[in-house]
This record gives sequence, structure tokens and C-alpha cells, in this order.
Amino acid sequence: MIERPNRPIYLDNQATTPCDPRVVQAMLPFFTEHFGNPHSAEHAMGRFAEAAVETARGHVAALIGADPREVVFTSGATESNNIAIKGAARHAAQSGNERRRIVTVQTEHKCVLEAVADLAMEGFEPVILPVRPDGTVDLATVRTALEAAPTLLLSVMAVNNEIGVLQDLASLAALAHAAGALFHTDAAQATGKILLDVEAMKIDLLSISGHKLYGPKGVGALYVRRRPRVRLAALFSGGGQERGLRSGTLPAPLIIGLGEACRIARAEMEDDNRRIAGLRDRMMAGLEQAIPGVVLNAHPERRIPGNVNITFPGSDAQAMMAAMPDLCVSTGSACSSAEVEPSYVLTALGLSYAAAARTLRIGIGRFTSPSDIDAAITMLARAHAMATPQPSEACPPPCPR
Amino acid sequence: MTYLDANASEPLRPEARAALLAALEAGANPSSVHAAGRAARRILEAAREDIAACFGASPAGVVFTSGGTEANALAVHALRAGRRLVVGATEHDAVRAAARGMAVVPVDRRGIADLGALAALLAEGPAMVCLMLANNETGVLHPVAAAAALCRAQGALLHVDAVQAAGRVAVDLAALGADSLAVSGHKMGGPLGAGALLLAGDPAVTPLLAGGGQERGRRGGTPGLPAIAGMAAAGRAAVAGLANQVRLAGLRDRIEAAAVQAGAIVAGAAAPRLANTTSLALPGVRADTQVISLDLAGFQVSAGAACSSGKVASSHVLAAMGLGALAGSAVRVSLPWNAMAEDAHRFVAAYLEMAGRLSRRVA
Repeated sequence: MIERPNRPIYLDNQATTPCDPRVVQAMLPFFTEHFGNPHSAEHAMGRFAEAAVETARGHVAALIGADPREVVFTSGATESNNIAIKGAARHAAQSGNERRRIVTVQTEHKCVLEAVADLAMEGFEPVILPVRPDGTVDLATVRTALEAAPTLLLSVMAVNNEIGVLQDLASLAALAHAAGALFHTDAAQATGKILLDVEAMKIDLLSISGHKLYGPKGVGALYVRRRPRVRLAALFSGGGQERGLRSGTLPAPLIIGLGEACRIARAEMEDDNRRIAGLRDRMMAGLEQAIPGVVLNAHPERRIPGNVNITFPGSDAQAMMAAMPDLCVSTGSACSSAEVEPSYVLTALGLSYAAAARTLRIGIGRFTSPSDIDAAITMLARAHAMATPQPSEACPPPCPR
Repeated sequence: MTYLDANASEPLRPEARAALLAALEAGANPSSVHAAGRAARRILEAAREDIAACFGASPAGVVFTSGGTEANALAVHALRAGRRLVVGATEHDAVRAAARGMAVVPVDRRGIADLGALAALLAEGPAMVCLMLANNETGVLHPVAAAAALCRAQGALLHVDAVQAAGRVAVDLAALGADSLAVSGHKMGGPLGAGALLLAGDPAVTPLLAGGGQERGRRGGTPGLPAIAGMAAAGRAAVAGLANQVRLAGLRDRIEAAAVQAGAIVAGAAAPRLANTTSLALPGVRADTQVISLDLAGFQVSAGAACSSGKVASSHVLAAMGLGALAGSAVRVSLPWNAMAEDAHRFVAAYLEMAGRLSRRVA
């Protein structure tokens, strides 16, 4: 019996990342003594909070090569994606634009797929493209879809949340623009993990999440290009904050946390990635030795270092998770937890239901240590052995779905 | 510096701070099924039960949002279903903007919604009514329970913006008989960045934020757990400490008595009001001049709602009350939960000094 760690080992950094202690320190004074409403421009406490919000806006902008005026704060990437996609479509329709097609990809985050599904009911024409078995999207397929009908928007995520695959943003943006469409990318998993430059990549709209880059939950941002100007309809109205695009009191402490997270990411991304890639290699080597036959899903190189998505040879992933309560990994994306269906991302790669049910996502992050990796390998190997059905069993376990 | 702008944002309560820090520490995504995720989920569901218990809802009826504005927007988006919108004349912009093209329920000179006018509007066809419990500028309380009875009789829906009332007066969705109710964390002494929509029963809800099925499919996106946990703790503390409002009323009365002596008019003075809020109009003196003067003296008050930055427009609330001539001359003083007698005392001195100086200039 291995000794139980004091805390569970957290290897689910694509579901959420722990808040960096430096982020917590940056936020705390704004929760407590500097609690002014950042829109209370009439008094000193309001102006103090407002100035800090603007500094944070600068940090977010700097991380993606944007102008601070192009950053709109939201409650998270889901809201950013909804504003970007529905906002672009509805604004275009309201201003007489005839384009109706919206092109996206099967492996997008649920909120993108749901947003385009909502738009289908408003008369838009969503086109959902397949991906190749390695998770990347085929540019020729995208071009064909963009050219087949007047297209309003192409939305492709920068980094996939389950399999870590990188898409070729610059090429996708070029294709979108050649077809007269806007290009949006859900960069929730990419921000602070890969170099993003909205100018060099010619991105029009880009969604950011705070809690995926060691910032707090409950805050995100949307980059909205100013030149040429991208116009959006607001999702909801109110006090007219964020130039009317996103009403509601800005949560200054959370925004300051997001800004600090972006500042840290900009300074430390390279070091983080190098260290995390080393841990990833250690994990893969350890698993391949302990459990012959493990398969890494999706493209072997075009991926962020922190994602290891693995199909195990013998045992059901849920049974493995039950057998290792001190290891936090996941069987798919962390959304509505009740779903026991196979991951639509994995099936889009061509995995069978049976293979998808034997798959775990292991997310390595800034605070993962080599000993965490070693302990995780031991736990995974034991859980795999325990949960693998033995040929001598009289009754086979129920078929995993 | 003395902070008297609680209706823009309340100072964080210690209970909220502790809950916020614990939730930050817990860290995981409440939708994750592993041990850390389940621990986060327990915090989320405990917060849901707290908010439900504080405001007379069922836990299943609580939808967490990013704040009061989103909660109000979600209510209209989710429940309206083609009904005509009818809104109070002194509603917050969050409701007025969500309800463009609406019919308006006028208020009387006291600032109270005219229920006779509401009844007449309801007779015109299926409606969804939005009425605030307490006004953000004057603190005037509206007869929401009576409005709910009218709505029920006519088959109309009623959404209540209780952002300013929650934690300052007893608020009970079931007792009010409304269909939905919005609250905001930072107006109760919780952190910025969380709110909730409370639904009576279990209506079908089309989400405003489509997403991963969180909040039982009614609001997508990873819940902002630290701010939500902070809101729940603040709500509990505020509701348990409602007696504190009696103390604040005493301070408010001292401020009003002195201001009236200095020539100010209290908007909504004849109406039942929140204990912590007063709207002081100084005839002939621009509100922004007063606010700047008080700011320099170290007092943080406001000229109305704190919304889009830099906006110091004249108050639509006072205009609706027939106080149009005073609408550009009112400052809002709103006492935070931790205001002390000393704060009120020093504010009175500063106000009298300012009123004497600026009113003389007018005269």
C-alpha cells in the first residue's frame, strides 16, 4: 500500500488551474480595503479601483499583442465565446449583412457548439467541420466550407481542452479573411500557454478565461479588434459598462487577478513550458514502462506540453478513477458532470466508444512537481491493474459506454 | 476617508472574506468528478442552499450569475416568452435596458410605483412586469407583494430586482409571490463578481450564456466559486444582522435632519425606504460639484447610480418622481453595514460646510 499523500495530487489543469499565490496576493487588497466600485468615478476609492482595472487591462492586452482598448472584461470564456459568436452574427444581421454561414469544428468547447446551435434557430447556418484523427483541422476542408456560401464567421479554438491540440491560427485567419469572414478563436486553454499575437496572426476575436491560467474563476476577457473595427451586438444591456458591450459592475478584484495572471504568464511562459514538457516526458516514459500499450491521443507534437490524453489498454477510465481517489484527473472535459457519454472530442478523432471509455486526460501545470508525476504513475499503474477485467472472471463487467 | 457609497458597493464582510479565501483555496472546478472537484461542488451547493434560505427560494430555483445585471437580464430572457414588458419608471438601467420598448409604470411624488396604473397596463394583455424592491438612488421601497397579487390575478409574471433590498430588508420570494428575483453579492457585503437569479417553481429556462450545461443548463460557464461562496456568506450575515439597519436608520435620520436644515430636500422622504439610503437634493447646486467637494473633504458619496464610468447624468429616478428641477442637484448618501456614528457626525459637519459655501454662491 503506498502512503496516502496529504492532499490529492491535482493533475486536471485543463479543467481549472489553482490560483497562483501571487495572483491571490494581488487580489486580496481589492477585496478588502480597496473595495470601491470601479465605475464610481466621482470619488477617490472608485478611481483607485478603476486605475487598477486599467492596469490589468494592459497586462491582458500585452500577453496577446493587443491594444488595451481592444480588451473587454467578461465573467469567463463561456461568456466571451457567446458574446463573440452571437454578437458578431446578430450585429451583422441587424446591419443588413446577408452572410449567414458560421463555420466551426466538431471538437470545439461545448459553449461554442451551443452558441452556434442557438444561432441556427435565428436563421444562421452553422457548419460543423470534422477534424483529422490527430485532432487538427484540415485547411482545405475549411476553405471549401468558407467558399461554399457567404460566410460571416469562422470560429476555431486555439488549443483543445481535452486533447491539447494546437490549431494553425494564422492560416485559419487568412482563410477566413480571404472569404470575407471574421475569425474568432476560443483561446481559453491557449492563453499563457502558447505565444498568441493577435496582430501577427490577424485574429479578430479571441476569448480568454482567468481560471485556466492560474487566475481566479468568474472572470475572463474578449479581445475585439479595432482596426479594422469588429462590431458586436451585446448579449445583455444595462449600465453600459465596457463601452456598452458588457454591462454590469466590473469585478475589480477578479480583473486584477486576471491581469496579474497574464503578467506572470508573459514573464514565465517559456520556463513553465520547458519544465512542464519535462514532466510530460517523465509521465509518458513512466506510463509506457508501467503499462505497455498506452496510447497518446492526438497529434504528438502540435500540442501544449501540459496535456496528456491517454487511452489505456485494459481498463475502464471511470473504474480507474474510482480506484485512485487521491489522484485528480478526468475522463473528459469538466462541464456538466452528470454526463457519462463518451467524449465527443475523442469520437471526433475516430476513437471507438470502447476506446474513449478507456481514456483519461492528465493535465500537468505550473505547480506540478516531479514527485507528483512519479506518485501519479504508481497510482495509475495500480489502478489499471486493479480495474482491468481478469480473463478468469465468470461475469464480464457491464459494457462501458 | 469615509465611505458612504454602499449602494455602489458594500465593504466586504469578514464572513464573506473567510468564505472567499476558503473557496480560493479549494480551487478545483465544481464540475469535475474527482475528490477536489467534489469538494468544490460541496461549497457551491452549500452556497446555493444558503442563498435559497436567505431569500425564500428553493435551492433548485437558484441560478448563480456574474452579478445583478446578468441576473436581471437572464430573468427577462428566460421568462418573457413573447409577453409585453411592463417596468417601473425608476428601475435600474440593468432592467430598463433589458426591457426596451416597454410600458412604464409611473411612480408618485413619493417615488412609489402606482399600482392603479399597473392594473390598467395589465388589463391590456399578457405581460411580464419588472419591479424593483428598493430603489438604488432613493431607497424607496415598492409594494411588490401587492403588485405580485395584481400580476397573479391577471396571469402576468413578476420579476423583482432585489439587488439593493437583499440584506437590508427581509426579502422572501415565496412570501412576495413573485416569479423571480435578482440579488447581487457585492451589494450585500460580498465580493464583486457574483449574483443570483432566484426562480419560483421550476420554469424552463433558455440560457443567456449557452455552454457546458452548468447550473442545470440554465447558465453556462464554470461558476465563479470564490465570489459565489463570498456572496452566500455575506447574505447569511446580512440577513442575520438585519437589526443593524435600525442603527443605520438612526444615523441616516441625523444626516437628513442636518441636511434639511441646510436647505436640502430629501427625495422620497414620505415613502417607506431602506434605512441606509438618502437622496439629498440641494436646489441650484449641481450634483457633481457637491460630490467633488465632498470627495475633497474625504467623503465618498455619489451623484446617482455608479454605472458607466464618468457618467454624471441627471437622475431619471428623481425626474420620474416629478422632481425634475432637482434631478441634477441630488447626491446619494448610502451607509455601509459598518458605518459608525462618528462617520455620520463628521459627514454632517462636512455637508453643512459645503452647503453653506455652495448655496451662498447660488444665492
